[in-house]
Amino acid sequence: MSEQIFTNINNGGLLRVHVKDGKVKRIRPLVFVDDDPQSWTIEVNGKKFSPLRKSTLSTYGLADKVRLHSEDRIKYPMKRIDFNPKGERHAENRGKSGYQRISWDEALDIVAGEMKRIRKDYGPAAIASRCSSHCMYGLVGYRTSAWARFFNLIGFTDIFDNPDSWEGWHWGATHAYGFYWKNGLPEQYDLLEDALKNTDLIIHWSNDPDSVHAGYGAQESANWRLWLRDLGKKQIFIDPFCNYTSVILADKWIAPRPGTDAAMAMAIAYVWIQEGSYDNKFVETRTLGFPEFKKHILGEDDGIPKTPGWAEEICGVSQRIIVALAREWASKRTMLASGHRGEGGACRQAYATEWARLMVLLQAMQGLGKPGVNIWGTTAGAPPPIDIEFPGYSHAGINGVADKPAVNPVAQRLYRPLLPEAILNPPIHWLGEGFCGKSLEQQFIPYTYPAEDGAEIKMLYRYGGSFIGTMCDSNRWVRMYQSPKLEFVVNQSVWFDPETNHADIIFPACTNLERVDISRWSHPAGYGYDAKSAVNHAVFIYQHKCIEPLYESKSDYQIFTALSEKLGVKDEYTEGNSEEDWVKKIFNSSDLPKYISFEDFKKKGYFVAPVPENYKPTPAMRWFYEGRECDTPDAYSPTKGTDRGKGVGTFSGKIEFVSQSLSKLSPDDIERPPLPRYIPSWEGYDSPEAEKYPLQLISPHPRYSYHTHYDTHAPWLADIPGHRIVKNGYKWQVVRISPQDASLRNINNLDIIKMYNDRGAVLGIAVITERVRPGVIHSYTSSSQYDPLEPGKAGSVDRGGCVNQLTPARLLSKNAPGMAPNSCLIEIEKWEV
Amino acid sequence: MAKYGLLIDITKCNGCYNCFLACRDEHCGNDYPPYAAPQPYSGHFWMRMLERERGSFPKVKVAYTAVPCMHCEKATCVEQAPDGAVYRRPDGIVIIDPVKAKGHKEILSSCPYRVIYWNEELQLPQKCTLCSHLLDQGWKEPRCVEACPTGALLFGDMEDPQSELSKTLKEKPIEVLHPEYGLNPRVMYIGLPKRFIAGAVVLQDRPNECPEGVNVTLKGSKGTLSIKTDNYGDFEFEDLEENAEYSLKIEQPGYQPYEITIKTHIDIYLGDITLQK
Repeated sequence: MSEQIFTNINNGGLLRVHVKDGKVKRIRPLVFVDDDPQSWTIEVNGKKFSPLRKSTLSTYGLADKVRLHSEDRIKYPMKRIDFNPKGERHAENRGKSGYQRISWDEALDIVAGEMKRIRKDYGPAAIASRCSSHCMYGLVGYRTSAWARFFNLIGFTDIFDNPDSWEGWHWGATHAYGFYWKNGLPEQYDLLEDALKNTDLIIHWSNDPDSVHAGYGAQESANWRLWLRDLGKKQIFIDPFCNYTSVILADKWIAPRPGTDAAMAMAIAYVWIQEGSYDNKFVETRTLGFPEFKKHILGEDDGIPKTPGWAEEICGVSQRIIVALAREWASKRTMLASGHRGEGGACRQAYATEWARLMVLLQAMQGLGKPGVNIWGTTAGAPPPIDIEFPGYSHAGINGVADKPAVNPVAQRLYRPLLPEAILNPPIHWLGEGFCGKSLEQQFIPYTYPAEDGAEIKMLYRYGGSFIGTMCDSNRWVRMYQSPKLEFVVNQSVWFDPETNHADIIFPACTNLERVDISRWSHPAGYGYDAKSAVNHAVFIYQHKCIEPLYESKSDYQIFTALSEKLGVKDEYTEGNSEEDWVKKIFNSSDLPKYISFEDFKKKGYFVAPVPENYKPTPAMRWFYEGRECDTPDAYSPTKGTDRGKGVGTFSGKIEFVSQSLSKLSPDDIERPPLPRYIPSWEGYDSPEAEKYPLQLISPHPRYSYHTHYDTHAPWLADIPGHRIVKNGYKWQVVRISPQDASLRNINNLDIIKMYNDRGAVLGIAVITERVRPGVIHSYTSSSQYDPLEPGKAGSVDRGGCVNQLTPARLLSKNAPGMAPNSCLIEIEKWEV
Repeated sequence: MAKYGLLIDITKCNGCYNCFLACRDEHCGNDYPPYAAPQPYSGHFWMRMLERERGSFPKVKVAYTAVPCMHCEKATCVEQAPDGAVYRRPDGIVIIDPVKAKGHKEILSSCPYRVIYWNEELQLPQKCTLCSHLLDQGWKEPRCVEACPTGALLFGDMEDPQSELSKTLKEKPIEVLHPEYGLNPRVMYIGLPKRFIAGAVVLQDRPNECPEGVNVTLKGSKGTLSIKTDNYGDFEFEDLEENAEYSLKIEQPGYQPYEITIKTHIDIYLGDITLQK
């Protein structure tokens, strides 16, 4: 059979998949052809900048061939050997016992039978389910689609996700500048052009764009930063780790102690106030509460002037550097590269709300929205924001185009960071709905589990298995899974992830290369509306089924269809539609038919939208700076086009140094007070625990993997020495340590070491490097393997590299329920003798 | 006849390893006679990325140097291999014949760049083919080049004066790895990492200010460089010779000058240098 070429997409970018004899032969980036519309051009001083005529790919995007056939792949439905739904269940052996292969029919019967039993005995609220994020691609097969429609249809206790990658912006910055409808991330429209033309200096504060690239943005912005460099724009990096963007671009690297960024920010404000080097007019007309902020900075309220000398003691950066940074920042047109999907450690640590708010306020002091002055992560804001109406994954996929959308009848909710406590020690209470995109008030809605009309969870249906790798203090998950209170656990995954073998029944799902689907590149829409400007071309994809599902795996839609059949609701679930039917329905629900027929779209596999002629940029926040009505294409803004259209989304419509929302909704909260401030971390360099555990572990998002979905599932990545290192045949998690700290512990390069604290112990391979501040350990989050030396024992030494076994479960602060993995004290010792 | 070359611009490389992965994707599990037998799924690095950390806290850089087969015009592997087991195509691409080279492990040591790998299972020396099998089918560039997200890899016909490659070769300072081998590689570089000497100046009596504009002079065998400290009091001399001796002098009126002799075996970050009154 001759070679066929298909189109598809993964988290790494747009793909061409070459298939021969039913097997994937190669996977390439999608390269545009001459017939595809022209790319945009930005002209700066006679120099023209245009993107490459192809999809760039994130590193892991090219590892899919080997990931497809990974040894970690779940091949068949399986049952835990000592699980008997009609007899002994042995919950205590979850994570320890092995599995036996069973037929799909038997597996579906067991799961459907348990669902019926639990629904009958306890009601639908006793069944909880949740997916891992970013599991797969496509509007039919994604979690917000096939999974959500199924569970909404039968009713279940949904588990709120927390905004785990940008907590501080969500729970903090929203109270300074609104943008709650973007979950705290600022608008980014046209800021690439603005930066190329008007910016002199870019300060990356807790930002590693080459690693994080706005989530789905592939490496589309990598060249933007090289262009900025070539135009002579200086780039400074503030991060305890000399990150992957920093090592190639930094003109200056400043490394504060983890958890102290807010102190440094306040000292910068101090210099500006002392020297009068801020935009007084903007502060007077566009902000609220500056006099009180000024008083606090000068120490008039608490007797402590927030001088650079004061900050030096805390953050460990010389005051002369803080002063020089403040002066340079104020004297130049400066982009603060942070805040938009920078997702750095500073926003995921104790009291991260304060740092994120201070980032907004510092730029407000410099005239946020002025040409060249903005909060811009350098990873979005490509021209132009094509607005062909097309759903993103937040539009609920098949449920969004169904004749009868399924609505979950169960009101009870759980909250992911507190799931183990909820199962093990109910009742629990928390504030907010996880992603609070509807209002600032939404962050304060009180929840209790079990709810009054709810039930305790008896069955957990996990789709994906990332949480031991991505959530904090994740030995809690091991304990939760071993509780007999969870009578039944299902895991549906493509690969064995850290949680998968804690289930009673395992369903093998297939990847999106093994089914049909449809999507737009980098387009979650909704709260992630700006993500589409993280890529250089507006591309819509018919995701071809490239190969048949491997082994006995099935698509998510097929699995939920089969389950719904066993439960007697197949017709309601499918409405008679095949996956291809749903693809067509989604296509027809969009504006795409105005541009291309479904047949041509399917045949070609993609459609590139043309760049509008005479495109006129409307840079983010320029309207606010100039006191005009919002003119950006911010489709989800609740204020745009209303009588509040000239303001930001705070209570006052101004940028608030003293937050009116916090003053009203939680006036007495000293951990997130109306006026932001530096609050020493509850687990930081100067905490009492630091005597026993003197090293600060930071665990940012990985450079060469995405979530837990690649990593060891794609063994080629273990040959990238910054990711994992193979020693004695094992793929070890890389642990970066300074020469000073290594020497104190008699650790040599590439020694196997143990990181530990009271919460757990994780093995890794020591990489001695100058890239970390002494006292700081760097090891990436999101390990795809959990490999306890004593399987099934919570707290066992893990050699898989799940560093989140060490991170604290404590939330950002009392009323800000974000997670704080970067507030983590550990000690390290040599493992091999 | 085309004469192919590959230019690797290190100043555009962000160390993403896409070139390495694209090579594995193309060759692992795929047989391309007569140019290449399948690459093993692990252990081979036909497109190897050398990562070198430079400097010390807090002045650190990483240099990434992608190293495929150099496709030398005077390839020692071609000269030394028995029975034409390694040959040069008319377009200049050096190929290890997967049939004739079977069992000839000695071919590995004929390459001073050490870019030939031993396939234990097939008993075969293997390396980069610049994706000859694809070029023969009309592809314009090898997989590594296609996968590069920044355009750091540029492939083309050196004989064609209109090719992007030819133009760039004319415009930019071009280097090769280990010119001392004298093998005329067709894989060329821009911005190969050299050495830097950097430091930060502090004034004894004004420790809380960064002294900008302090004169720093570096004298080497090839002349003298003079710069002034920046607004952080930092100075940096980049692209210096390796293993060379330099004398550094820092002068500021009213302070005692600071002098030091440095050998650039490694990149040097001198840290804070306090000028005494």
